[in-house]
Amino acid sequence: MSVTEHAGASGDDAPVLEISGLRLSYYTRAGEIPAVMDFDLTVRKGESVGLVGESGCGKSTVANGIMRYMGRNGGIVGGSIRFKGRDMSEFSEEEIRRIRGRDIAMIYQEPMASLNPSMTIARQLTEVPMVHEGVSEEEARRRAREMLEAVHIPDPNRLMASYPHQVSGGQQQRVVIAMALLSRPALLLLDEPTTALDVTVEAGIVELIAELSKEAGTSLLYISHNLGLMLEVCDRICVMYSGEVVEEGHIDSIFSWPKHPYTHGLFGCIPLPHADKNARPLVAIPGQLPLPHQRPTGCYFGPRCSFFEPGRCDGDLVAMESVHTDDDPAHRVRCLRWNEIDHDAAVRVEETREPVSVGETVLEVDNMRKYYEVRETSLAALVSRGSPRQVKANEQISFRAGEGETVAIVGESGCGKSTFAKVLMGLETATEGEVRLDGTDLGSIPVKQRTPEQLASLQMVFQNPNDTLNPSHSVGAQIARVIRRFGIESEPARVQQQVFRLLDTVKLPRDFASRKPRQLSGGQKQRIGIARAFAGNPKTVIADEPISALDVSVAAAVTELLMDIQREHRTTLLFISHDLSAVRYLSDRVVVMYLGQIMERGSTEEVFAPPYHPYTEALLSAVPIADPEVEKRRIVLEGNLPSPLDPPKGCPFSTRCPRRLGSICDTDPPPVQMNADRHAIACHIPLEELRLVEPVITIPERDALPAGEGATG
Amino acid sequence: MTDQTTTAAPDSRLMTAARSVLLLRESPVGVFGGLIVLTFMLLAIFAPLVAPFDPNATILPFATPGTANPEGGIFLFGTDHLGRDILSRIIWGGQRVLFYASAATISAYVVGILMGLAAGYFRGWLDEVISFVANVILSFPIMVLYVLIIAKFGASGINIIFAVVFASSPGIMRIVRGVTMDIATRDYIAAAQTRGEGPWYIMLVEILPNARGPLIVDFCLRMGYTTITIGALGFLGLGLPPPDPDWGGMITETRAFVTGGFPHMAIFPACAVSLLVLGFNLLADGLREVSLRD
Amino acid sequence: MLNLVLRRLGTMVLIMLVVALLLFLINEGDPRLIARSVLGPYAQDEQLDAWIMQHGYDRSLFVRYFEWISRVLTGDLGDSIIYKRPVNEIFWDRLGNTAILAGVTFLVMVVVALVLGVLAGMKEGSTQDRVISVFSIATTSVPEYASAVILAGVFVYWLAVLPGTSSMTGGFSVVELILPVLVLTLYGFGYIARMTRASMAEVMTTPYIRTAVLKGLPYRHIIMKHALRNALIAPFTVIMLQINWLLSGVVVTEFAFGYKGFGALLLEAALRRDIFLIEACGLAAVFVAVFTQTVGDLGYTYLNPRIRFK
Repeated sequence: MSVTEHAGASGDDAPVLEISGLRLSYYTRAGEIPAVMDFDLTVRKGESVGLVGESGCGKSTVANGIMRYMGRNGGIVGGSIRFKGRDMSEFSEEEIRRIRGRDIAMIYQEPMASLNPSMTIARQLTEVPMVHEGVSEEEARRRAREMLEAVHIPDPNRLMASYPHQVSGGQQQRVVIAMALLSRPALLLLDEPTTALDVTVEAGIVELIAELSKEAGTSLLYISHNLGLMLEVCDRICVMYSGEVVEEGHIDSIFSWPKHPYTHGLFGCIPLPHADKNARPLVAIPGQLPLPHQRPTGCYFGPRCSFFEPGRCDGDLVAMESVHTDDDPAHRVRCLRWNEIDHDAAVRVEETREPVSVGETVLEVDNMRKYYEVRETSLAALVSRGSPRQVKANEQISFRAGEGETVAIVGESGCGKSTFAKVLMGLETATEGEVRLDGTDLGSIPVKQRTPEQLASLQMVFQNPNDTLNPSHSVGAQIARVIRRFGIESEPARVQQQVFRLLDTVKLPRDFASRKPRQLSGGQKQRIGIARAFAGNPKTVIADEPISALDVSVAAAVTELLMDIQREHRTTLLFISHDLSAVRYLSDRVVVMYLGQIMERGSTEEVFAPPYHPYTEALLSAVPIADPEVEKRRIVLEGNLPSPLDPPKGCPFSTRCPRRLGSICDTDPPPVQMNADRHAIACHIPLEELRLVEPVITIPERDALPAGEGATG
Repeated sequence: MTDQTTTAAPDSRLMTAARSVLLLRESPVGVFGGLIVLTFMLLAIFAPLVAPFDPNATILPFATPGTANPEGGIFLFGTDHLGRDILSRIIWGGQRVLFYASAATISAYVVGILMGLAAGYFRGWLDEVISFVANVILSFPIMVLYVLIIAKFGASGINIIFAVVFASSPGIMRIVRGVTMDIATRDYIAAAQTRGEGPWYIMLVEILPNARGPLIVDFCLRMGYTTITIGALGFLGLGLPPPDPDWGGMITETRAFVTGGFPHMAIFPACAVSLLVLGFNLLADGLREVSLRD
Repeated sequence: MLNLVLRRLGTMVLIMLVVALLLFLINEGDPRLIARSVLGPYAQDEQLDAWIMQHGYDRSLFVRYFEWISRVLTGDLGDSIIYKRPVNEIFWDRLGNTAILAGVTFLVMVVVALVLGVLAGMKEGSTQDRVISVFSIATTSVPEYASAVILAGVFVYWLAVLPGTSSMTGGFSVVELILPVLVLTLYGFGYIARMTRASMAEVMTTPYIRTAVLKGLPYRHIIMKHALRNALIAPFTVIMLQINWLLSGVVVTEFAFGYKGFGALLLEAALRRDIFLIEACGLAAVFVAVFTQTVGDLGYTYLNPRIRFK
């Protein structure tokens, strides 16, 4: 068994993977694009190393380079990759092929897309040992079944006979993991393995990965943009920026004493539990990631760095330098000034804001229901003329939101939050109940029948930056259209002025008005989306996952901008999100939804502290937090989200609830219990019992220092 | 459309057009196709100036290519059995073919786009009706349909245009419908709806401009196909009325002489059709390649 | 799945009924025109009226339509005006001839197209791909009536190796079949080849092929086991639709080579207003087209496990 077994002899400490001075490039019509430069990395046996960075930093390219899978237009330009001591550049195509899948395996972001849609799972699994080790089909099936059990798949035989689309996303990712581990590889590359999954499903996968790598002694290279996940999986991390590693070291050391201004900036952008929108707002990193062919001289982060020193930082390329700490001799940083910068002092100057006082109730949702009818197409159904099946997308939604208040609607996919937004916007009408905006029931008025004032007073910021603007029209024309539609201005010159004013508000240069959306970055497009939503001075704005598609540093800036404008206009903001960290940071009140129903609602403090609804509790535990000092109780949910087409009869959460009481949960809808004036929990468990539950997250007491500033160390 | 004037200066539209032309430069095959089409278009426009002889005049029967005319000039492509200059007939025939092909294809596009937008945006019963009608028409083998229509209503320019619109607008409708259904799910359409825009504004201003990529490619392909169709009708004796030349008619009139010692009479017009269609197909391919790049 | 089959068959019947109605309206909408085409141009008005009364053409369209449909369903296609014989006696032979021509063409075309398409799509952007792509565009640009005269010039006149007509007067002859098949194949294969190429190229860029590569599977295994299976699903529908196009080409090709098939018959009937012959040919053409389209749709859902096991 070639390389794998020789390795045993060379001792446990021998590196599995040694990369030095690696340079990877893509060749396009514009010429060579260096994607990764001067990359060093060592991964030892059983170690898990994280590669973290924002999109475009080159982290996935590193993985593809290791696998020598760069496509037709990419290639290794310099440096070496040594696998178990052997230089991989000396390997022939055939040798590379034998190493792939047997010694080095890879797992990617989209489990559904990674599996062949027209082959059964059994065949996709068994071919790995059959090709690499020449085992018989029965033997391969036996191994596949064992491996599926190892990744905690409840019924491996049934699953093996299935096609990928027949199983849920979480199970698909388990299959991909099983496939990768079948030949017990020495190194496993994971490229954003959980990004496409819901948080509660993600928690299970992350736990599984950590467990398997410990048991099998497999080394991991874990690629992600999520610092919180890194903390749960990795021993060491490398932070990448614009094709380079800017800082690397032991996970505790990086999280506690980040030395590079970029790493430090990243922590400032993440809404950690002790961040607060008024007392300690997020600090975005100014500027944008440079395009690979527009990198500055010297330090690539220079133009965005607040410690930039002209004449020094923009000189020669900066080399990695060791940071001498007792705890972590391997902590290295690519910054000339790491020793001179006092991050504590720099952060203290940032301003605090006055909390917004919440005014009178603007939006009132009262017992709103939205049912869809699913048309049965089977002939039997047509003949029998039975009642059509219903999807209860929203069931008994009630809450209020005041002027200037931020209400978050939280839930995973299929929880009905998007349907709710559609009803509010009039793209759908409510089946029952009322949605009152300033006393008028809009729930039954479709968008076509709303007056311009009603339209203007309720606007929306959309999720996907690439979809929010019409690619055919200039940004200015799109904003101008809104201004005229809502009758704000009609005379061309004044419309133009108004467009400029809105661009100023969202902090974009005025000449953006003549640009087409494709000339804008994701964050800039979201800003235009915000400008458009606020063009008619709305009373209420619905923001549907406005930052979920953005990189952390950009997301922080957009979040702050949204809140600044809201503060200024005293707008009611409905913030729809799956991200509890962001929700905790910016919202005043929280509504937690699951399968179309409200599980819990209350003020942010109330929802984030016991008594919890068991679902809220699980959700809180599932969210990775990028702070090593926060202690978290682990709750990993079993099973998958039920289909909204066929929800459980009683409590929607009963099929996955770790605190399930018994059959009453399956048969009866849960009663809504009031814990405080406006804190409601829909659960069969008595409040007294729920109050006894320990907090999920324990945040250590500390002074007013942001994340990563360790007085404790 | 007045909305575009505020900030999107008119030159930005010109810029977009110029950009596509520049992009096409990067597909040599596409440029070659474009040049072929352009050549035929110029020949068609300047037919009276460039055609060496009167296309319908009997001059010298059965002249082989390169034969000199006793009264001056050369029959570059020879003459046919009635003594008419083949090159002149090809040039004039090209004018006719290009005119009818563009008139028919453009009309088919107008019908197909309106139907496709309505079906794809409104959905529901309207979509079902339009799609069913399209399915019925598309279930005819297309040449059978042409034969039936032209045999019934007679061979004339206007009937050919009508037949092409009838037969090819369902295909255009399907493309537009598909693209429309896709674009209709985008957030910017929801944004337009939530500011109270009417359905036709959304279809024509918000959706249609974003569908132009696949439509331009399909337009070129369809121009080629309509050229083939017009030729085929002429070949079957159902085409534009004689004596004015059309390529299909020229082939059918002279094909008996191919095996009889005068292959040039039919082969030159056959090559002309093929070359023009090749031009359209290569242009479409180049445009598609370029549009996929960005 | 059974539901789907039944639904598609239902749609097929519905489309056939509507197509039949269209054919009927075009041909038998005006009784005087029928009488005129049967009795000839010199018949008097009274004669026409008498014929109309005698043959029941004075009844409503609706009644006549259903009567016609039921006659067609029982196999009575009426009498041909030009041949003065029952349509049945002429029609089926001609249809058989066309089936031979179309069948041979179809086999050759599909094999050539799939092989070239897969070869091109396997390595998108390679020289192999570019050559195949340009070649298939070029052949698709030469319509049947153009390639018929060009190939006749080459093989019949200059090389004198093949006969110029395919009327098969001396009985069935394989040699006479070569040119028509070549003409139809050259024009038709390019579309299937290009669709196959596109499908194959798309499959080769999917994450699951990346998974297969990074699992360390041999290239052959990846192409044969992982790629082809998915890449051939989409072209299947295209191939079935191509039969519809083939029927169009058949009309032109049969005319060009004097082949005694149903396409030539349809053309003759249409030019001479032989109503019952037109109807028979039209119905047959549309039936074949709709039937293959239905098979194509159903085959697509069957081949695609994502739909089959829903």
